[in-house]
Amino acid sequence: MSQAPATEIETSFVLNGIPVTRRVPARQHLVDFLREEMGLTGSHTACEHGVCGACTLRVDGEILRGCLMLAVQANGRRVDTIEGLSDSGELAALQGAFHERNALQCGFCTPGMLMAALDLVHRRPQATREQIREHLSGNYCRCTGYHSIVDAVEAVLEARRGGAKR
Amino acid sequence: MKAPSFAYARPDSLREALELLARHGEAARVLAGGQSLLASLNMRLSSPELLVDITGLGELSGIRVRNGALCIGALTRHCEIERSAEVARHLPLLAQAVAHVAHVAIRNAGTLGGSLALADPAAEYPACALALDATLVIAGAGGERRVAARDFFRALYSTALGPDELLLAAEFPLSAPGYRSAFLELARRQGDYAIVGVAAHGRIVRGTISDLRLAYLGVGATAVRARRAAAALEGKAYGPQALAAAQAALGEDLDPSPDLYHTAATKLHLARVLTGRVLAALVQ
Repeated sequence: MSQAPATEIETSFVLNGIPVTRRVPARQHLVDFLREEMGLTGSHTACEHGVCGACTLRVDGEILRGCLMLAVQANGRRVDTIEGLSDSGELAALQGAFHERNALQCGFCTPGMLMAALDLVHRRPQATREQIREHLSGNYCRCTGYHSIVDAVEAVLEARRGGAKR
Repeated sequence: MKAPSFAYARPDSLREALELLARHGEAARVLAGGQSLLASLNMRLSSPELLVDITGLGELSGIRVRNGALCIGALTRHCEIERSAEVARHLPLLAQAVAHVAHVAIRNAGTLGGSLALADPAAEYPACALALDATLVIAGAGGERRVAARDFFRALYSTALGPDELLLAAEFPLSAPGYRSAFLELARRQGDYAIVGVAAHGRIVRGTISDLRLAYLGVGATAVRARRAAAALEGKAYGPQALAAAQAALGEDLDPSPDLYHTAATKLHLARVLTGRVLAALVQ
């Protein structure tokens, strides 16, 4: 059904498995909606122009920039955040590996980094270190220098392939 | 920052979308993947009154062979081009170029039509469209019209599209036997804004180059066809002499502007370096 021009619009979507319906300002991007209306502050806002990756979300099974999508555009879709994927255990192996490999310091980039890494684990289980770097190239980390993050992701991929290098 | 206030509409037919654009004119902007538009709104670089979200127009999405061309709908996302067997088979240039378009999360949302209609001078697709002689299919109140890529890109972020028109698709002629393609780009980080890039497509028979098209990105207000450099290579075998002639001629084709990090001379130098690499890739 068409949506006629409006500055406030009702949006309904499935958030971490739970249906939500809210009226939102058209200008509000999805990550602001999640943080300010739903209290889900795990997805971070930093650059707010699609460069840093701290707001990475999963929408209909694909990772997206939460700051480059309007809350109203989530209508009818399935949105998963770091909170949902932590609670479900889907991220457990990556979270464990990040902890073990010291793949975070301040932790600001970590939720987005985990979301991007999980996408790689699902889609390219055979990824090489080079491909891990390429896949994470859209996520900034200002602390680690990335090596430990690549190590952690590689450890999870290797464990899943059966040849644990831990 | 946060976007200024605007109204949002999501038409579910092309007719409705065109009516909205006709009614609101310059005050409306088309929202497709939103990967450039929403960033520019968040930075308050523009303040439209209305966003017309066209993602409900399913007929604008998809990749199909039609009349000797690969027709790619404007709403086709980068990730779909990346995974398309048709693109890999018929348009190897585009298949190579898409890997340079930003990052995974952005390729999952951004669209071919959005990139062509925005006409960012550092974007990959406009250069590919020039190198492949693509045709852009445009809808407006008066019906459909077709514009050749060489007439579509007019100036910085400026195209032949009117404010009441919508880009429907791009048609890329299928790669013919004997033709090869190569795409190369230099960026500070994988997926970042290109410093310089080149799309090359031409006929290579027993090492001899003909009908070569070289289109550069990141070196001007629009993507630029380097006709003199290509002419210097017509009928020549690839080698140090032919390359030197092409690199010298490139100085006549390109007049790059400096950016924050690179002088015009550096950009021209890098374009010449890429020319050597792309020709080697083409004949190898």
